Amino acid sequence: MKSTTTTSIALGFFASLILTLLSYGAVVKHWFSGTALVSAILAFAVVELVVQLYFFFDLGDGASRRWKLGAFAFTLGSVLIVIVGSVWIMSHLNYNMMASPDLMNTYIQSQQGF
Amino acid sequence: MSTDARAETAAFGFWVYLMTDLIMFAVLFATFLVLRTGTFGGPTPADLNLGGALAETFVLLASSVSCSLAMIEVRRKRAERAIAWFGVTFAFGAGFLALELSEFASLLAAGNGPGQSAFLSAFFTLVGTHGLHITIGLLWIAVSIVMLKVRGLTEHVVSILQRLDLFWHFLDLVWIFIFAVVYLLGHAM
Repeated sequence: MKSTTTTSIALGFFASLILTLLSYGAVVKHWFSGTALVSAILAFAVVELVVQLYFFFDLGDGASRRWKLGAFAFTLGSVLIVIVGSVWIMSHLNYNMMASPDLMNTYIQSQQGF
Repeated sequence: MSTDARAETAAFGFWVYLMTDLIMFAVLFATFLVLRTGTFGGPTPADLNLGGALAETFVLLASSVSCSLAMIEVRRKRAERAIAWFGVTFAFGAGFLALELSEFASLLAAGNGPGQSAFLSAFFTLVGTHGLHITIGLLWIAVSIVMLKVRGLTEHVVSILQRLDLFWHFLDLVWIFIFAVVYLLGHAM
């Protein structure tokens, strides 16, 4: 927001409050389940991020603002690559490193349990 | 460089620092997401206190609001009111830290320290790093209040306060994701 006013702060506050309560409710009251719930939680968090960026952050005017948003866009790209990339690679790694059922049985028997 | 241009450069420089901090937190988040299932028979994310985390979220949100209100007073050149709102921000921030430290203390008392499992290591590192940032922020708020009292609203002081404002909102943003990824996701999966 160009310059924060009491109105914008109040709006940001209530929007954040509602979004937090919605995601809390979704988990505790089981409004969704499985992948839908995970997506809902992340979606609420992202929306709250945008809301807070818009209402709370004083990004300045003109060129300065554009530079900050540009740096932020680049950082977001890096963040997504780091997080999504790590989770993707590690889950594939776990799967690929898993022994075959035969081998697992042999191992369990030789160890007499895990 | 004019003082205006200098202040703008300082603000942008601080923003770039915040971006690097964001990348650091991203790495800690990635580590947490990968290690969250490594519970080694100990507590899982579902065993974390969700209600306590919700309370922490509200407290930090309140401190973010009071910080913005303080900056409005700074812009209106009302030093006394700004000091009051920064005091409120400090109080909420300290409350958040107290809640978080009590959660850590109860985990440690039960023998569930950061060395006990991969999940706990990642948890303590991610949440602990955020808590460390909050602690530094509280120190910064305290010093800023003193600076305001002693020097008043000079351009230099205002520039510092603007950066503090950015820092504090940034910490609230990171917490939103900690709450979602650590606590909510923990109780969802």
